[in-house]
Amino acid sequence: MSTTTEQTAVEAKMIPIYVMGKKYEVPETLTIMKALEYAGYKYIRGCGCRGGVCGACSTVYRKPGDYKIYTGLACQTVVEPEMYLTQLPFYPANRATYDFHALEGNPEEIFGLYPELFRCVACNACSKVCPMDVEVMDYIAALKRGDIAAAAQISFDCIQCGLCASRCMGELPQYHIGQLARRINGAYLTPRAEHLATMVANIEAGRYTECLNKLKSADEDELKRLYTEERELEPAQAGEDWTPKENVCL
Amino acid sequence: MPYPEELKKLIKTVESTRAERVERKKNDQEVPFMTLDERHDILQHHPDFKEEGRRELQAGPSKGYKIAHEMADLLEAKSRVDPDKINLENIDHETDVLIIGGGGAGTAAALLAQEQGVRVTIATKLRHGDANTMMAEGGIQAATKGHKDSPYYHYLDVMGGGHFKNNPDLVETLVTKAPDAIKWLESLGCNFSKFPDGTLHTIHGGGTSRKRMHYAADITGAEMMRTIRDEARNRPGQIDLIEFSPAVELILNDKGECAGAVLYNLETEEYLIVKAKAVVMATGGCGRLHIQGFMTTNHYGATADGIVMGYRAGVPICFLHTVQYHPTGIVFPEQAEGILITEKFRGSGANLVNIEGQQFVNEREPRDVEASAIIKECVVNEKGVPTPTGKLGVWLDSPMIDMLSGEGTVEREFPGKYILFKRYGIDISKEPMLIYPTLHYQNGGLDFKNTGETDVPGLFVAGEVGGGIHGENRLMGNSLLDIMVYGRIAGETAGKYAKEYTNGGKLTLEHVVKYNKEIDDAGVGGGRVAPMILPDYTDPRTREKQLTTNYVGTLR
Repeated sequence: MSTTTEQTAVEAKMIPIYVMGKKYEVPETLTIMKALEYAGYKYIRGCGCRGGVCGACSTVYRKPGDYKIYTGLACQTVVEPEMYLTQLPFYPANRATYDFHALEGNPEEIFGLYPELFRCVACNACSKVCPMDVEVMDYIAALKRGDIAAAAQISFDCIQCGLCASRCMGELPQYHIGQLARRINGAYLTPRAEHLATMVANIEAGRYTECLNKLKSADEDELKRLYTEERELEPAQAGEDWTPKENVCL
Repeated sequence: MPYPEELKKLIKTVESTRAERVERKKNDQEVPFMTLDERHDILQHHPDFKEEGRRELQAGPSKGYKIAHEMADLLEAKSRVDPDKINLENIDHETDVLIIGGGGAGTAAALLAQEQGVRVTIATKLRHGDANTMMAEGGIQAATKGHKDSPYYHYLDVMGGGHFKNNPDLVETLVTKAPDAIKWLESLGCNFSKFPDGTLHTIHGGGTSRKRMHYAADITGAEMMRTIRDEARNRPGQIDLIEFSPAVELILNDKGECAGAVLYNLETEEYLIVKAKAVVMATGGCGRLHIQGFMTTNHYGATADGIVMGYRAGVPICFLHTVQYHPTGIVFPEQAEGILITEKFRGSGANLVNIEGQQFVNEREPRDVEASAIIKECVVNEKGVPTPTGKLGVWLDSPMIDMLSGEGTVEREFPGKYILFKRYGIDISKEPMLIYPTLHYQNGGLDFKNTGETDVPGLFVAGEVGGGIHGENRLMGNSLLDIMVYGRIAGETAGKYAKEYTNGGKLTLEHVVKYNKEIDDAGVGGGRVAPMILPDYTDPRTREKQLTTNYVGTLR
């Protein structure tokens, strides 16, 4: 039960791939990442979570007889015969610095921090290159219209790998702009949770202190009894308004 | 890789029992939860209980403690670098608070430390945010709904999950500071899933008595991480960042206080000296040790470095005799092997089903119980589903979720996993997933207090590298919570400590010299060095040909 490549490589058919132009024979079942490790590469850059969410391993490749540029995450993309690839672990992009709590959350603030937003020529190269299938151009367009909430929603799956910025004709740092939009959406455009603020205040006022002291001083047998006998379970299909029969320590 | 014919046939069996299982679920007719005695029995199938899997430590402050061989191998090892060759007078970087680790705990600590009015430096092995935090999907627990929940019930759930062995002070702080951590994230602009009026969505997780799992679609950890990382980037000059430079040893002073760390620049292979008034250890977990050969959900850099450094500096370890195997890791397709399928799938109603299409366990037991039940079903009961590569798994019946909550729910609530499987030609809203337990979390770690302090003055601990909060088994959603609550606490304590700290002492690595000697004297080093820093996945046939005897410069 290991993720080491020696186990996955057994008996698989070997295919040629070109890593930065150099040919390696690798088992056809491997991801690009595992194929490079199989070939003998040891990653420092270009490898992160190995689960498709961190943006460290974006990879650009082409196939023979095909003009298209393909992209993918090395940890998620399975090798193809004759593909020639390079990883792009980092791409420079300028990020604006701001005092987040001093913002009011309006579009003009984003325009001020990222005036290059309006250099977008709507070529859609960013969306085409996105390994997460984020409609990058659409969230930039939404921001140009001042619709921060839409931009936050459209950009939500962004892993900030930087491939969009690498292809941008307008030289935008899209993924930083999207990040700002999401933070503004989360803090300023979405109502705060009232029940959360109430709970924080109640805890600070000491509402549960006595109950918790009782638990802390209980021995293991007493804890087990409380856990088994006095811990009412909220049913799986219960709605938001469900309340327990007992209101001990609420 | 779509499902091959033989698996498609077996999926028919799952489909044949699905309608009836959905009906039961709708009527709250659940497979009963196990009693504490039943839990105890099934846990005998858990990897932690394999006596041949562990051994007693022969050196260090927790000598005699029995832990997994893979972890013991790192603790019974010498320094990567000869401490006598390091010139501690040649300081490369000086700061007030040094944070080791750029994940969720380290970044939260950096923000709070900086807010105490001190300079902060984050040193991280890979990029800022390269951490298990980024990969955490399911959610973050906190009792935020006072009409049905309180820290009291959260406390009981945490203790029950941890077999009642947890450190009560650590648990109390965890559950009482939980809502404030969520509120803090909300104020920083973290997009938790909410109702239109701002009420937070909450669901169940394994071992929760109330629905208190908050989430941001199925990328909760990533959303939290990128939000606080963005905030740290807004404080340049106050929070400095040193990437691709893991710490390899702590530096103490002649008063026994922690006074910095030795970093290793992975790209230039230099060792660098960072002097600090306080150090926060936030290096995370150990999945990449592949304990007992298990696949792992963990980040590439999860190699227990902080445990090694802290232990050598004199901090005892606790609860490392238990390791968490997440019940549901992908076993097919093999390209995705080990990747985590969030517990939220089960929280949303998906059953675990054997080769006969039968549900064999309630899908919301605590993780160790759930994982043991799956291992037993496959290995002892022989009702596992064989994969094309000769492994075993059971079905996680995700299509139930659309039947329970409406068409499109899987795609909307689990976009990350939906896309991942779609790339392999599998539609998880129509076909179930094949899963098996996967190495997920380091339950134990360095011993510390609920202030973040350790036995070594000036050394603070935050996040997965610490032990005691979760006892012998962590519940879902309490790790993202742990890193936020204890990251903030460690940062605040360390910041205040550094601010008041006046007199320094002479820097020393004498503790490393002594530890190396202790390893030699016990005869257990086996030529090993630690920390590991990164795992090695080179094909063995390639490795056989890597015959360099001496490295010249950086040419390797």
